[in-house]
Amino acid sequence: MKTKAQQYWRQNLIYLAILLAVWFIVSYGAGILFVDWLDQFRLGGFKLGFWFAQQGSIYVFVILIFVYVYLMNRLDKKFEFDEV
Amino acid sequence: MSIQGWTFLIVGLSFALYIGIAYMARAVSTGDFYIAGGKVSPLANGMATAADWMSAASFISMAGLISFMGRDGSVYLMGWTGGYVLLALLLAPYLRKFGKFTVPDFVGDRYYSRTARLVAVVCAVFISFTYVAGQMRGVGIVFSRFLEVEITTGVFIGMVIVFFYAVLGGMKGITYTQVAQYCVLIFAYLVPAIFISILMTGNVIPQIGFGGTLADGSGTYLLDRLDGLSTEMGFDPYTDGSKSTIDVFFITAALMVGTAGLPHVIVRFFTVPKVKDARISAGYALLFIAILYTTAPAVAGFARANLLETVDNAPYADVPEWFTSWENTGLIEFNDIDGDGNINYTPDESTNELVIDPDIMVLANPEIAQLPNWVIGLVAAGGLAAALSTAAGLLLVISTSVARDLIRRTFVPDITQQRELLFARVAAGGAVIVAGYFGINPPGFVAQTVAFAFGLAAASFFPVILLGIFSKRMNKEGAICGMIAGIVFTAAYIIYFAFMFPELNNSENWLFGISPEGIGTLGMVINLVTAITVSRFTKEPPLEIREMVETIRVPRDLEKGSGRGDG
Repeated sequence: MKTKAQQYWRQNLIYLAILLAVWFIVSYGAGILFVDWLDQFRLGGFKLGFWFAQQGSIYVFVILIFVYVYLMNRLDKKFEFDEV
Repeated sequence: MSIQGWTFLIVGLSFALYIGIAYMARAVSTGDFYIAGGKVSPLANGMATAADWMSAASFISMAGLISFMGRDGSVYLMGWTGGYVLLALLLAPYLRKFGKFTVPDFVGDRYYSRTARLVAVVCAVFISFTYVAGQMRGVGIVFSRFLEVEITTGVFIGMVIVFFYAVLGGMKGITYTQVAQYCVLIFAYLVPAIFISILMTGNVIPQIGFGGTLADGSGTYLLDRLDGLSTEMGFDPYTDGSKSTIDVFFITAALMVGTAGLPHVIVRFFTVPKVKDARISAGYALLFIAILYTTAPAVAGFARANLLETVDNAPYADVPEWFTSWENTGLIEFNDIDGDGNINYTPDESTNELVIDPDIMVLANPEIAQLPNWVIGLVAAGGLAAALSTAAGLLLVISTSVARDLIRRTFVPDITQQRELLFARVAAGGAVIVAGYFGINPPGFVAQTVAFAFGLAAASFFPVILLGIFSKRMNKEGAICGMIAGIVFTAAYIIYFAFMFPELNNSENWLFGISPEGIGTLGMVINLVTAITVSRFTKEPPLEIREMVETIRVPRDLEKGSGRGDG
C-alpha cells in the first residue's frame, strides 16, 4: 500500500510526462525537426512550420502552464495537500 | 513639442515614478531585502518576472536580429519562452516549498556541502555579472541615441537610478518598480508595433497581420512578398532557415534550459506566499513575456518587408526622411560603389552598398509609421525600463550571494540581521559600481559572454536543482562532480572557439556541428550523466536529506506546519 504522498507524487509525474511531451512536440518537433515538412501546409499567410517556430509554440507554452496549474490545484485538493 | 523635449519629459516622469515606488517599498529586514518578505501577489510577481527577464536585448535588439535571420531567429523566440515551462513544472513550486532565499541556499542544503554551495555562489555571481554589464551598456546606448548625451553620462545616470532603488529597496523595492517598468515597456513596444501592422497590412493585431495580406490591395500575403523580395535581391527566403537542424535544436535547448537555470529568474519565485502562487505566477510571467515575444517576430517581418521595398533598387535621392535621419546616427550606411545613384542591397559583400544595424528595426519604427513625437519618447522610456529592471534583478542576486551565501553562511554565521542587511546594501552598491565600469568600458566580447552565461546556467544549475528534487538518491559527490564536469566542458568549448581560436569557429570544426551558443545543452547532458553515474558508486545521502526531498515534493506537510523556516 502506497502512502498518500507517494500516490500524489506518482500522479504528478504522469502529468509532467504528458505536458512535457506536448512541450517537446510543439517546439522541437513542429518548430525544428519537422518544420520543413509542415511548411507544405498553410495557415493563412503563414507556412505552418514557420508559424509553429515563431508563434504557435509560444501560445502552447502559455496554455501548458495554465493547464498544469489547474491539474495540480485539483490534485492538491484530492490528496488534501492544498495550502490554507 | 520636439522629439527631445518629449523624450526628456517621458523618461523623467518614468524615473520619478520608479524612485517614488522604491521609496514607498523600502526594505527594513533581510527578508524584505532578499525576497520582499515573501508577500508578493502572484500577478505582481508575474509582471516583475517578465520585466526582470526582458532585457535591453529583448526590447531593442531581438526583433532586428530576427529580421536579419528570418526563420533561424526562432531559436531566440522558442528558447527564451520555452524555459518557463521547465521552470513552472520542474523547479519553481518545489523551490518555493523549500523556502529559503537563494539558489546557492538550495544547492548547499540539499547536497549538505559547503563546497557545493561555494561552486553555486561562484556560478551565480559570474552569470549575473556577465549579464549586467550588457544591461548598463544598453542604458548608455539608449541615452546616447535618444537624448544625445555621451554613452558614459548615460551609464552614470542609469547607475544612480539603479543604485537608489536596488540598494534602498532590495527585492521589495525592485519588485514593485519592475511592475511599473513592465507596464511602461510593454506599452512602448505595442504602440509602434500596432501602427506598423496597420500601415503594412491594415490589421490592428500584429500577430494576425503578420500572416495577413498587404494593405496595398494586391492581395499578396506579407510573408510571400517578403520571400519574393528576399530571393529577388539574392537573399535566402525569409521563411526558410540556413542554420543546420542539429544546431537550431541545441541552441534552442541551451537557451531554454539556461533560462530555467538563471538565478535572477529563479529567485523571483521565492517571493510569493505559497507553492500554489509560485505555479500560477510562472504562468502569468510567461503570458506577459509572450505578449512581447509574439509581437517581436511580427515587427521583424514588417520592418524587413518595409526596408526591402524602400531600398529595392531605389534611387538614393528618393529615400524617405527616416532613412536619412538614421544615416546621421551611423546606424544606416550607404556607399554608392558603382556610382549609379541607386541603392544596391545584396548579400554579396563586394557589391553591397548598404549596411544596416539590426537595432534600427525597433528604434526607427515610430518614424517609419509616422507616429507623433511622444511615441519616440515612449520607446526610449521602454528601452530604459527593460534595461534597468533586468540590471536591478541581477544586482540583487550578486548582493544576496555575497551577503548571505558568503558572509553569513560561510564566514560569519552569528552575524546580526542589521549587519547582514548593511553588508547586502554595501554589496549591492559595489556591484552597481563594477557593472557601471563594464558598461563604460565594455569588454570586446559581450556577445559571446551572453552565450557563456546561458551555457553555464544550463550546464550547472538546471541539472543540479532538477536532480535535487526528482532523485532522492542523488548525493553530494554526484552533484559536485556533475556540476564541475558540466561547467568545465562548456566553458572550455566556448573559450576555445570564442576567445582562443575565433578563426576556427565554423561548422566544420564544431563538435557534432554544434555551435558554442548551443553547447550548454551537451554540457547539461554531461552533467546529468556524470552526476547519476558517480552517485551510484558513492554512498546515499543521509536520512534527513531524503526526508527533506519528500517534504519539498508536496505543497503542505500533513503532520507538521508548513511555515517558512529561516536558517
